[in-house]
Amino acid sequence: MAAHEGAAADGAAETTLKMTARDVRVFYGAFEALKGVSIDVTKEDVTAFIGPSGCGKSTFLRCLNRMNDTVAGARVEGRIELDGQDIHDPAMDVVQLRARVGMVFQKPNPFPKSIYENVAYGPRIHGLAAKKADMDVIVEKSLRRAGLWDEVKDRLSDSGTALSGGQQQRLCIARAIAVNPEVILMDEPASALDPIATAKIEELIDDLRGRYAIVIVTHNMQQAARVSQKTAFFHLGSLVEYGDTRQIFTNPRETRTKDYITGRYG
Amino acid sequence: MAKPPTAHTVRSFDAEINQLRSLIGQMGGLAEAQIADSVDALMRRDADAATAVVLRDKELDAMEAEAERLALTIIAVRAPMADDLREIVAALKISAVIERIGDYGKNIAKRVPVLTQAAPVGPSVILPEMARATTGMIRDALDCYVDRDAELASQVMARDRMVDDFYNSLFRSLLTYMMENPHHITSSAHLLFIAKNLERVGDHATNIAEMVYFSVTGEHPGDRTKTDRTASMAVSDREGE
Repeated sequence: MAAHEGAAADGAAETTLKMTARDVRVFYGAFEALKGVSIDVTKEDVTAFIGPSGCGKSTFLRCLNRMNDTVAGARVEGRIELDGQDIHDPAMDVVQLRARVGMVFQKPNPFPKSIYENVAYGPRIHGLAAKKADMDVIVEKSLRRAGLWDEVKDRLSDSGTALSGGQQQRLCIARAIAVNPEVILMDEPASALDPIATAKIEELIDDLRGRYAIVIVTHNMQQAARVSQKTAFFHLGSLVEYGDTRQIFTNPRETRTKDYITGRYG
Repeated sequence: MAKPPTAHTVRSFDAEINQLRSLIGQMGGLAEAQIADSVDALMRRDADAATAVVLRDKELDAMEAEAERLALTIIAVRAPMADDLREIVAALKISAVIERIGDYGKNIAKRVPVLTQAAPVGPSVILPEMARATTGMIRDALDCYVDRDAELASQVMARDRMVDDFYNSLFRSLLTYMMENPHHITSSAHLLFIAKNLERVGDHATNIAEMVYFSVTGEHPGDRTKTDRTASMAVSDREGE
């Protein structure tokens, strides 16, 4: 909590490393989709990945919790650490890793189960709640943090799929939060939502900042500028520029970054 | 690396930026003319020409409103970033500064009728030269804005010293002139204000150059030193020389 307050006070506050990537390369067959990316993800910040389609930002995001393991023909090279621990270490339990590094996708994908069960599912398989009462607490806390509690508290047994798109996305965020993650990866979490639902997601990201390290991929440049403290610009599989969001959007150092964010690219 | 593209993917965005640039350029041209014409009317002792300058100030006000409307539209519709954003914000600020320069032109022109009714004041012969120095700064500050030329902007900033020197020298001469003959006080007091107005025009042109420099480079130019020394000037200063 102290770290959160420090980070919220101003952008120059002390930050701690949560994840580090060094020379990460991803191959789809012979195609090199990611060409040696090195970056540090800080615990206190929201880090935004921006870049044109096919630039490698989503591919890189999926490296951070080894989602590319599930992609046929994909090969990942390089070193990625979570709290100094190599996530490719054979001793690393991938299921555990994905609980610690949670993910929220572009299209809300609640399970076809009740709202309650959507949130309870993760804690149950990870054995986080011994009794029903404990689970109730986790579900309420997660839904509260996701800013959804007041809207669903009287209909927890309704199906998660019956909610609106924006509510479904916040349910997915509650689901990710329920297993006490340290990092939350978001792959265009608001691109399928209307402006009001988008604003609620952005407000939620701001609320969650400091409690979880957050990495967000977005095509919406204004959104990246609004929600993040650090921004990384990817282009053709390379990390072109990484820095404070304020600097990237007002005075980028690289011409390619400038051309992209000012709408001159391609 | 390939030559960086300079045009936006959405071409109407470029059209709007160009429209704003050209409007600011026109405003600069008009403000420059207002200063030149007001001093010209003064030197030719032509009250009618001075009235024309006063009336034309409304055009600058209208252009400033138009520039503001255009800049706000671009910000609202295009959400400009990086150097685009810096340029639009600079345009907003520059248009306000140009409008202010126009006010100085009007202010100078308003003093012309009273000055034409008195005998010409000797030291005023320096005014046309001073006006040329300031209008030259306005012209070049606006040129560097339209051409996004940080190098020329730096040169304009350096030239403010020359305008300050004119002002210091005129201030001193007018003090002496008033001491020598109290009948000259009315005219000399008006001329002091005119000289001060021109000195302020130089400052504003310098500000425009600074804004252009920031807009182009993303960095603020180093602190400049003011060389208007009249704040501590007294008649006795002359006696030591």
